[in-house]
Amino acid sequence: MTVPDETTRLATASTPDGATSAPADLERELEDAFDATVSGEGRVEPRDWMPEGYRKTLIRQIAQHAHSEIIGMQPEGNWILRAPSLRRKAILLAKVQDEAGHGLYLYSATETLGVDRSELTEKLIDSRQKYSSIFNYPTLTFADIGVIGWLVDGAAICNQVPLCRSSYGPYARAMVRICKEESFHQRQGFELLMTLMAGTDAQREMVQDAVDRWWWPSLMMFGPADGDSPNTQQSMAWRIKRHTNDELRQRYVDMSVPQAEALGVTFPDPELRWNAERGSYDYGEIDWAEFTAVVKGAGPCNAQRLAHRRAAHENGQWVRDAASAYAAKQARREQEVAA
Amino acid sequence: MSMSDDTTAHVEGDPAADLGTGAPRANWPLYEVFVRGKRGLNHVHVGSLHAPDDRMALHNARNLYTRRNEGVSIWVVRADAITASSPDEKDPFFAPSGDKVYRHPTFYSIPDDVPHL
Repeated sequence: MTVPDETTRLATASTPDGATSAPADLERELEDAFDATVSGEGRVEPRDWMPEGYRKTLIRQIAQHAHSEIIGMQPEGNWILRAPSLRRKAILLAKVQDEAGHGLYLYSATETLGVDRSELTEKLIDSRQKYSSIFNYPTLTFADIGVIGWLVDGAAICNQVPLCRSSYGPYARAMVRICKEESFHQRQGFELLMTLMAGTDAQREMVQDAVDRWWWPSLMMFGPADGDSPNTQQSMAWRIKRHTNDELRQRYVDMSVPQAEALGVTFPDPELRWNAERGSYDYGEIDWAEFTAVVKGAGPCNAQRLAHRRAAHENGQWVRDAASAYAAKQARREQEVAA
Repeated sequence: MSMSDDTTAHVEGDPAADLGTGAPRANWPLYEVFVRGKRGLNHVHVGSLHAPDDRMALHNARNLYTRRNEGVSIWVVRADAITASSPDEKDPFFAPSGDKVYRHPTFYSIPDDVPHL
């Protein structure tokens, strides 16, 4: 520990109420302190000064992430009542409950930036904020549940592990919790698929069909190619993001290919092959037109997902009202007893 | 980390200034959640949630933050009941401890050959 040197303290003392320092100087000083924290791998905490752009970028990114967790309950929730055994049903229920939890951790982190989560919910159901395009694809068979765990959660883990070191403290801490739980998600998915692969030919075909449908959308989860990702550079400078979209996508491909081999399925990409020179797998061009269309709302399930979320919110109004009324009644009674 | 670092109890400025187009709405109060991971450890801040009253806050905190035996005890505190210092380490609030270097054992030089000191 160091003793603050005398000159600093004198300087502080001689500027009562900041009267002698212009606001522009103060702003620059704050910005320098922020930059030093971020570039020194320090953490920004909620009540620190931060540039408006940093705050806005975080709100956008964390809210979008939270919305994805909440909307992500739907494709899997679709199979809870049709799970083939009590074991699978219990696992799926736990997983869907985790997704809700992840959404809430993230809404909690967003609120430290000065927004209210009910406002974020409104923005989601009014289509004013986005969620991950992956959840706009339908879950057609139970094998999709396994593939979502393996590939979709696998891609999410690739994205999220580096975010545990994000410069914004509450976001990084939420990501640590989430990543711990995602590991269960991915492993249950892979185990589900291994079970199906050990079954009948029809079951193996069901797995391959699900992989064929989810592989490309899972690659799209990493977002646009680096050349088309306008926010990446600033987000990396701020250390909100730690890697570019394409770096993470490549890491995901390299991780997934040996897993597919272990499982006995193939990915629907004729250009997928090992590149010894790069020490990585080459893969084909993503259908960016499809990506753009789904992001803009033209995916197979966009309208359904939002309508369902809106209905769930509106149909839950009486529950929220009842809980508020009960709380008010109890508070009144306590006051009467005290009086 | 100080316990109240994450609290949103005293966010300065107008938080919703450039974000909302919707009208302000009546909301359940915000609670900050603290969990004791196991016996022998302090309660540590883990996050926040909204609830209509203390009891539901506690139940929701259990469902949200301790789904996998992460805790043996939970505190929930209304965020508006927390008084927080500024987190800035250079803040004058922490100045009284800044110039009292004699409070630290390293302030005192003791010959190397004196044992157990």
